Amino acid sequence: MSEPANNKRMSIIVTKGTLDWAYPPFILATTAAAMGLEVSMFFTFYGLALLKKKLDLSITTLGNAAMEMPMMGGHMKMPNLLGALPGMDMLATTMMKNLIRKKGVASIEDLRSAAVESDVRMIACQMTLDLFELRREDLIDGPELGGAATYIEEATKSDINLFI
Amino acid sequence: MADQTLDARGLNCPLPILRAKKALKDMARGEVLTIQATDPGAVKDFEAFCRSTGNELVESTAAGKEFQFRIRVQA
Repeated sequence: MSEPANNKRMSIIVTKGTLDWAYPPFILATTAAAMGLEVSMFFTFYGLALLKKKLDLSITTLGNAAMEMPMMGGHMKMPNLLGALPGMDMLATTMMKNLIRKKGVASIEDLRSAAVESDVRMIACQMTLDLFELRREDLIDGPELGGAATYIEEATKSDINLFI
Repeated sequence: MADQTLDARGLNCPLPILRAKKALKDMARGEVLTIQATDPGAVKDFEAFCRSTGNELVESTAAGKEFQFRIRVQA
């Protein structure tokens, strides 16, 4: 198959680093790349965690009012008061990871590798790196460092710009 | 290279599309990729994928909980 019938571009600002919120940007980036779009992702604030060499993602039920986990044929909600108890985030994360495996949903590690392989341009926010005292070597190889102007330049050339 | 078959059964969005793209990349114009899948969302997604990439979706069938797609490389 020769290259893109589709010379459109997409950019995504990735601001969240929890297990659940890691999905939308990586799913859209890899799919858009597969459909022939040129894709860039700008990782800032908590989103920068998604570029760490070793991913250790978790979810929290706190303040997540719409979250319902399938359980024994029904759906379970978690009141904030219970969700705040020690160990609850770990429990919810384990449940989510089991569901992900059971339903044939890709892991974030796999989607991230797919994004790298399909030449998605990744930009790690320099300011966030400084702010949270992270080092370049804490992140995977590939992403370049950049700032707001780098993103804006990319965004002005893109047909789709998403903030996630 | 010749016609290829891809077993994407048990995989969820967006994996069937990503695997299909990977397979199509090494195929020549006119060759056909047959994909088996169980993700019901793949039905609309392969239509959109083919419209966007210029490949031809020559067949999209469902049998029980399984779906089969045949894509002819055009682009």
